Amino acid sequence: MSALYMLIGCSITVALIFLAAFLWALRSEQYRDTHTPAMRMLFEEESAHDNSHPRDSGEENNT
Amino acid sequence: MTTSPPIPALVCDHCGQSCLDTRVEALDRLFCCHGCRTVFEILQDNGLTHYYRLEDRPGIRLDNAEEHASRFSYLDDETLQAQLLDFSNGVTATITLRLPQIHCASCVWLLENLRRLEPAVAHSEVDFLRRELAVTYQVDSLSLRRLVERLASIGYEPEITLDATTPKTGFTQDPLLRKIGIAGFCFGNAMLFSLPEYFADPGELNTSWQRLFSGLNLVLALPVLLYSSTDYLRGALRSLSQATTTIDVPIALGIVALFSRSLYEIVSGAGPGYMDSFTGLVFFLLLGKLFQRNSFSALSFERDYRSYFPLAVNVRDGHEEVSVPVSALEPGQRIIARHGELIPADCRLLSTHALLDFSYVTGESDPVEASRGDQVWAGGRVVSGAIELVVLRDVSQSYLTRLWNQDLFHGPATDDLSLLANRFSRWFTAAVVSIAVLTALYWLQADPTIAIHAATSVLIIACPCALALSTPFTTGAAMNLLARVGLYLREGSVVEKLAGISTIVFDKTGTLTSTHHSDVVFAGTDGDLTAAQKLGLAALLSNSVHPLSRKLLDQLPAATSPEVAEYLEAPGLGISGRIDKTSWCVGSRQWLIQNGVPLERIVAGTGSEQLHADDQDPTGATVHIAANSIHLGMYRLGHAYRGGLSQLMAQLRRRYQLMLLSGDNDRERQRLLPLMGDSTQMHFSQSPEQKLATVQRLEQSQSVMMVGDGLNDAGALRGSSVGIAVSEQIAAFSPACDGILDADAIHRLPAILHFARLCLGIVIASFILSLAYNIIGLSFAVRGNLSPLLSAVLMPLSSVSVIAFTAIATRGAARWTGLRP
Repeated sequence: MSALYMLIGCSITVALIFLAAFLWALRSEQYRDTHTPAMRMLFEEESAHDNSHPRDSGEENNT
Repeated sequence: MTTSPPIPALVCDHCGQSCLDTRVEALDRLFCCHGCRTVFEILQDNGLTHYYRLEDRPGIRLDNAEEHASRFSYLDDETLQAQLLDFSNGVTATITLRLPQIHCASCVWLLENLRRLEPAVAHSEVDFLRRELAVTYQVDSLSLRRLVERLASIGYEPEITLDATTPKTGFTQDPLLRKIGIAGFCFGNAMLFSLPEYFADPGELNTSWQRLFSGLNLVLALPVLLYSSTDYLRGALRSLSQATTTIDVPIALGIVALFSRSLYEIVSGAGPGYMDSFTGLVFFLLLGKLFQRNSFSALSFERDYRSYFPLAVNVRDGHEEVSVPVSALEPGQRIIARHGELIPADCRLLSTHALLDFSYVTGESDPVEASRGDQVWAGGRVVSGAIELVVLRDVSQSYLTRLWNQDLFHGPATDDLSLLANRFSRWFTAAVVSIAVLTALYWLQADPTIAIHAATSVLIIACPCALALSTPFTTGAAMNLLARVGLYLREGSVVEKLAGISTIVFDKTGTLTSTHHSDVVFAGTDGDLTAAQKLGLAALLSNSVHPLSRKLLDQLPAATSPEVAEYLEAPGLGISGRIDKTSWCVGSRQWLIQNGVPLERIVAGTGSEQLHADDQDPTGATVHIAANSIHLGMYRLGHAYRGGLSQLMAQLRRRYQLMLLSGDNDRERQRLLPLMGDSTQMHFSQSPEQKLATVQRLEQSQSVMMVGDGLNDAGALRGSSVGIAVSEQIAAFSPACDGILDADAIHRLPAILHFARLCLGIVIASFILSLAYNIIGLSFAVRGNLSPLLSAVLMPLSSVSVIAFTAIATRGAARWTGLRP
């Protein structure tokens, strides 16, 4: 039965880690804007389709 | 010419607007104007043409391409900068700008790649729903002014208004999500530690385990009591100190009874306590709060004139022109306002002539002419060329802004006692407390050992969790359903107030009429204009930037641009010119007389009403036409009413008393009469204060819903039980209100009101449902056998069934009223 003490300790620790993760996400304003990230993920195909203008290539992103 | 073959859609490759009027061809592309072409060139030169691939023709048309170059010079002011910037350390700075033009994925892409256009920009991030752009840039190589000018040059001119300097209420200041997270965490774990107690056979669990589990539960309950439930405890204290009873009082009673009874049991070792029920109760209550809260955070329901007024104004200082913050403007200063700019204070006109759009102040949509020496009210937008004015009054003391000095706008937020849950909780609290006292008294006689036990059981089980949840879940679901048809409410309680209104007050301009379309009627002296005449007129009008010319031009066939000779524009009067052999004279009645045109009697109106040639309209909404000194007739530019109005009013009249309060003059009375019905009171030429006073007078005897749009309605919107602002663009400016209604959805008002009444019925039905649970629980509690298990089962069960009932019933009500297919 004493194994239960350890298990209880483990379960609380794990739950606390998740609570901390949630509080961190809240603090870093990840819930502020839930719409724009969904639009942003569409932008990746830029260099593949864009060959009309040489300056449109991916390296530009580094500037 | 009128039956020309259909032209293939010629649209601008930048903004997608029609290029029929003017056309600019360059770089193998077609543009509607030079502004669009310039933006395209800028983007192409910087390798940003991917912009045009994400969406079809996403560009923003630059309407005022020849804007004054130094109009952003006020941004060089350092104190102003400090107010605008979110953060600055002397090397980098961050600013959040509002860009109402953001409308698609292309916008997001372009603005987030701003660093390619301005290398000094380190990072830029768009918040699409709020239409905001956060830019981090290097201060030494890029000034704020240059940044804003750069954005304006590609069509995204930031909206920098007076309220940009007031501190923002940020997202992080709202702790509700954190409270829910913590309550949820504690609830889940407390339930886990309570299960052994519920499922173990008697005597199976030894005391040390029991002590451990209940001790852990106590530790878990503390943050819930001390942090998550504070809103309810404070709310109850506040209403008790005001000698009123809100729904917070019985909730707080339950919370305190649950916690202290559990605390006693755990410390004394008498039992396991009810900590799982306690944490669950708070968790569910907070969820209800979240659900009811305004979920349209992108919309602002708190705007006042400060979101509309500019931050700075150009002041003439000797021969210099300096940009001065509006807040520092003093009477006696001379200001210069250019096309499209707003006059921030009451002024006297120094220029000879000006054309001003007062639609936000008076509700009058036609531009007003002013001449030298005239007093010009704050809030007017210049629609003619640059004008010079002298300031008469401070910004906050002006005709329009005085409205906000009234107490109405500064009163502290109070609990609304008229809300059903609050009215209900008054007798509910009384009933619960008396049952608890009676139970205690009975057991003191019969068996004093369980008197306290039974009395606290009553308080615990009677805690109106389901009761407190039924309103937020019903109104929250209703808000989401209403948002789908185009009505965005500030908070859930508005649904309840909508159900109780008896009078509806409408504003006219912008509410019943459309802002973008005008109703143009031609009345000829000898029939309609010929096609050739219309073409000639269009050619002449295309030279003028007067708003009336622009509106007329929309109605006429596209000009094939023949030469206009001897073109002359007399401010405030009209225009004249010669095309081929016809000399045209277009403008006011007086302008025709000055040009020696004998005025003819206008025979018949082609519209629904007879027009009179001697119409002395001070707002200049009539345009007379003469060719070769022959009076051909006149155009009358009236308001275009939104579709389906007469049907809407007829439906509303059956149940509600209607009223019209217009800031406009009463020339439309005859047209409005059949629309509004004979029983409707109509008041014209109402000032913002008069509108407010009328609504307040009505409010004394009935519940009023005000439907308005402009700043001139701001007082009435605030003073009424429910203020609904009608907007053609939901994200655009609308004054402080309880709800924003999409102009296209105005014909659904009767269905919306019907739906709100049904929702109130649902709330009452769910009250009855939760009372039934309470009676079951009470029957155990008064007998003194409320076990923790029963409490742990009954409380979530009642909450969940009430939530399920309201969710299903609200959807059913929406379908019944036709708001949902």
